[in-house]
Amino acid sequence: MYDFELQKPTSVAEAVAALADGSAQALAGGQTLIPTMKQRLADPGTLVSLMAIPALQGVAMTSSGLSIGATTTHAVVALSALAHYPALAALAGQIGDPAVRNRGTIGGSIANNDPSACYPAAILASNAVIVTNAREIAADDYFQGMFATALEEGEIVTAVRFPIPLQAAYVKFPQPASRFALVGAFVARFEDGVRVAVTGASNNGAFRWNAAETALSADFIVQALAGLVLPADDMIADLHGSAEYRAHLCAVMLKRAVLAA
Amino acid sequence: MKTVTMRVNGKLVSAPTEGRTLLVEYLREGLRLTGTHVGCDTSQCGACVVHVNGLAVKSCTIFAQELEGAEVLTIEGMANSDGSLGVIQQAFQDYHGLQCGFCTPGMVMSAAALLAENPTPSEAEVRQYLEGNLCRCTGYHNIVKAILAASGQAVAAE
Ligand SMILES: Cc1cc2nc3c(=O)[nH]c(=O)nc-3n(C[C@H](O)[C@H](O)[C@H](O)COP(=O)(O)OP(=O)(O)OC[C@H]3O[C@@H](n4cnc5c(N)ncnc54)[C@H](O)[C@@H]3O)c2cc1C
Ligand code: FES
Ligand code: FES
Repeated sequence: MYDFELQKPTSVAEAVAALADGSAQALAGGQTLIPTMKQRLADPGTLVSLMAIPALQGVAMTSSGLSIGATTTHAVVALSALAHYPALAALAGQIGDPAVRNRGTIGGSIANNDPSACYPAAILASNAVIVTNAREIAADDYFQGMFATALEEGEIVTAVRFPIPLQAAYVKFPQPASRFALVGAFVARFEDGVRVAVTGASNNGAFRWNAAETALSADFIVQALAGLVLPADDMIADLHGSAEYRAHLCAVMLKRAVLAA
Repeated sequence: MKTVTMRVNGKLVSAPTEGRTLLVEYLREGLRLTGTHVGCDTSQCGACVVHVNGLAVKSCTIFAQELEGAEVLTIEGMANSDGSLGVIQQAFQDYHGLQCGFCTPGMVMSAAALLAENPTPSEAEVRQYLEGNLCRCTGYHNIVKAILAASGQAVAAE
């Protein structure tokens, strides 16, 4: 790993100022960035740790939903979101392993937007809002393909705000070596309809499954999904599973999620 | 070089660091506490697990400079004050929870974190908690037995 200078600002304003330098990069839990730097796939001159900024930490229920600070770790979400949004808490509690959950953060996960990450499915299916130092971004506008997001250079995620559905569940088929989702499906039923998002499957990252949403909005039972299949064309194919296998798993995971919701 | 001071196994310690110095390098090279092992260096095997402010973390995936003033507990801090093996360590010996011993420091630290959170875990809970700790020797069964025994629960004899 190349050397760098570590900064530890204590306010969002200081962090944003430090990140204005083009060679600076944000550091949250480091569970993705540090392995990437070891491989020399990232070479920041300065790392700006966000972990000492109190304003970015914690879980709070607000009138517009459950607000989760960007540097809240997966372990804290698993505990603190349980009373408000159990399906989201369960998702956080299944990320990686306990040591990863004690460091990894929601902000880091969605800034990275790994095509197999769990949170993007929850955010799309919940119609959550991504709050940054500069603006608010709707879930449907935020994810822009594998490892790509609507974030501008130097922009930091400060929180994610989740509307609370009437019913929801996330079911993933863990890739046994990495524990990321080989395929994961998140279903959320709101007063005005059902939203479904799938992660791990597509070359374009997490996506909404519109046909499944229509079917489940008409009737929220697993039988409503009978015969529904996704085309394998755009699916990820690797040594862990072919495109056809992933397309098949999408329906299986969604059915399990509907049964669990 | 920047000096970082932490409390490791109850003792206040300092060592020089670069920005890129990992906690595991600080421990092994800076302090010569070589009980914490590096198995993969890619955040996957758990051989390097230590506790930071009471939480299990992979010491190969955190920078020393993030930890100024932190409380760190390593395998060297797990023995009793008279030098005899701690409860979990003794159970690993009694139940043959190790063969080559390379994964053991991380296994013991993860087990200690589990038992602090959940003093009487079920077998399934032990297995799930150890998801991030890989062992190439034992096949895990005796590790799980050792942890159940360390929690004071009855374990079927061989
Ligand atoms: C063994 C292992 C298993 C894992 N399993 C899973 C899994 O099952 N499911 C899953 O979803 N993930 C999994 N992960 C990934 C894990 O959830 C990471 O914690 C997460 O993807 C990145 O979060 P972080 O806080 O560690 O971010 P970092 O690694 O610190 O940062 C990641 C990227 O985001 C940027 N960034 C961080 N915070 C912000 C912010 N607030 N605003 C803007 N940019 C920011 C950084 O600059 C960097 O580019 C796993 C990781 C490991 C090592
Ligand atoms: S050496 Fe840290 S996880 Fe393997
Ligand atoms: S005892 Fe050899 S790796 Fe676990």
